[in-house]
Amino acid sequence: MSSPTTTAGVIHDIGYQRYTGPRLGRGYATRSLFAHGVRTAFGLGRSAGAKFFPWGIFGLLVAIAAILVTVQSQIGAAAGERIFTYYSFPTQINVLVLLFCAVAAPELVSRDLRGGVLPLYFSRPLTRLDYPLAKLAALITAVFLLLLGPLLVLFLGSAFSVTDMAAVWDEFVLFTQGLITAGIMAALFSSIAMLVSSLAGRRAVAAALTVGLFILTTPVLGVLQSIAYSNYDGGELTGNAQRVAQISFLVSPFTIVEGIGSWLFAPDGQSFIGPFGPLYLGVTLAVIALCLMLTLLRYRKVAR
Amino acid sequence: MTQTETSPSGGPTLIATEALTKRYPNGVVALADLTLAVTPGIVGLVGANGAGKSTLIKILLGLLPTTAGRTRVLGLDPASDGHKVRARVGYMPENDCLPPDLAASEFVTHMARMSGLPKTAARERASEALRHVGLYEERYRQIGGYSTGMKQRVKLAQALVHDPDLLLLDEPTNGLDPAGRDAMLTLIQRIGTEFGISVVVCSHLLGEVERICDSLIAIDGGRLLRADRIENMTSSRDVLVFEVAEGTDELEARLAGLGLTVTKDGPSLQVPLAAAETYDQILGAVAELDLPLHSLDQRRHRVAELFANGASAPASAPEGAHV
Repeated sequence: MSSPTTTAGVIHDIGYQRYTGPRLGRGYATRSLFAHGVRTAFGLGRSAGAKFFPWGIFGLLVAIAAILVTVQSQIGAAAGERIFTYYSFPTQINVLVLLFCAVAAPELVSRDLRGGVLPLYFSRPLTRLDYPLAKLAALITAVFLLLLGPLLVLFLGSAFSVTDMAAVWDEFVLFTQGLITAGIMAALFSSIAMLVSSLAGRRAVAAALTVGLFILTTPVLGVLQSIAYSNYDGGELTGNAQRVAQISFLVSPFTIVEGIGSWLFAPDGQSFIGPFGPLYLGVTLAVIALCLMLTLLRYRKVAR
Repeated sequence: MTQTETSPSGGPTLIATEALTKRYPNGVVALADLTLAVTPGIVGLVGANGAGKSTLIKILLGLLPTTAGRTRVLGLDPASDGHKVRARVGYMPENDCLPPDLAASEFVTHMARMSGLPKTAARERASEALRHVGLYEERYRQIGGYSTGMKQRVKLAQALVHDPDLLLLDEPTNGLDPAGRDAMLTLIQRIGTEFGISVVVCSHLLGEVERICDSLIAIDGGRLLRADRIENMTSSRDVLVFEVAEGTDELEARLAGLGLTVTKDGPSLQVPLAAAETYDQILGAVAELDLPLHSLDQRRHRVAELFANGASAPASAPEGAHV
């Protein structure tokens, strides 16, 4: 630091100053790590290259929502039918959400693993539980925010194209259904992506493994579906075949969220998972809990 | 710090262990019945690789449970109050621990917040800490492009950023060239004296740490070998090691006659380097006796030598050694 009152050009070393300000401790550190994680997922505070992918996906989702709501107000309203539903919107764009997770999760955890940065965190007030919990919460929040954007576009676009307040309220109720599906998707996708990324040090490997794990479930679903439809002779499936078909959607994280959405919000009798809604919700919660437990175990072991 | 324990010598005790034992699940005993008391200042913790230094640090930080014994750091028990201890301690690990794609200023700021400093304070302290370790404009560049010496400085800065009461430095001169080592040691000395922060420096190179330490703790195989003020520990710091092709005994006698303490180590002789004249005395003696001189090296004490001496010396009895 230079002092203007003395000879120009002289740099005064004021020496070491002890810190007397507040030390906010473990809770603050965890919250800061969470906020830092949400920013990191969107590339904020980082290079332009790091912003490109998350904001590209966000832009794409908002554009899709804008197109949907425009088409709805021009054509759908006239025909008196909906061309989109809030609760199924997240599942319609689930591949983009997966890509976002597959890039953001390694960004959040693999970097610290690979750089060997963890000892620096764990030699601070944070604990081995605080770190993974803050990171997972950050990812869930980031994914939820990613979905909140386009859902808001859908809601605002629809709200401005109806005339009376009652219709706006109806629209809002449907919008909250979208938020619930978005929340379930964010929690499920993030938990899986976080676990996979915490096992892989390289970001590219972590991303590939995450996408691979999700995509792998699709042929399994296909096999189960073909079993269900093996004696298919047109019309509705019945009996065991119907049950197999309804349960088979459990195997894929994509369809499990779709199933819960349809169970909770589809008109009566139109849910494609039949009476298995509670099972779907239970399995989802169990998968989230299992992933969380394994992630926490993983961080107990990471020593280095 | 609300509680301050005092050592029998009267000063506050930063670190105290009592019969500390750590046995890993696989049966390896990393620390055995270790009793220490560390008072403020710069303390060297020396031991060969695998002596238990890193295990001790992890226990002090509350990251590893102990098998038996008692540990106090800054008056707190790291096992139950780990996060409180870690808020007041700075740790510089031995290994690489820096993300290559962040700027040093950004990374150190983040680490300051992780230590509980509010946003603005974190930013200010980060640039201060980086300035103190000698990084100025470079701090806005990505760490990936730094030299080993600069990376070591960033590691030190992140340990220093939250103004700890105690710094634990694990092999801070690792991978540095001689000039870099000197700079790092000078920096650590400044931290210990001018900054008033107590420092524990772990190293397997005794010659290095003894230059800057007030006291030394030597451990081997998890046991305390010696712990003492530096001046009581080694009367001589550097030694001259030399070898003649013949007439070793004659030379030894001659040098002993000049008042030098000569020790025989295999084919070579050792003389403590007391003053610059020691060189001349040896060269003079060799020339007068007309002996063929093979080699003459200035060498630092290595831990192995200290251990050899320590193990034979009665002073090594490790009960309740106070530093």
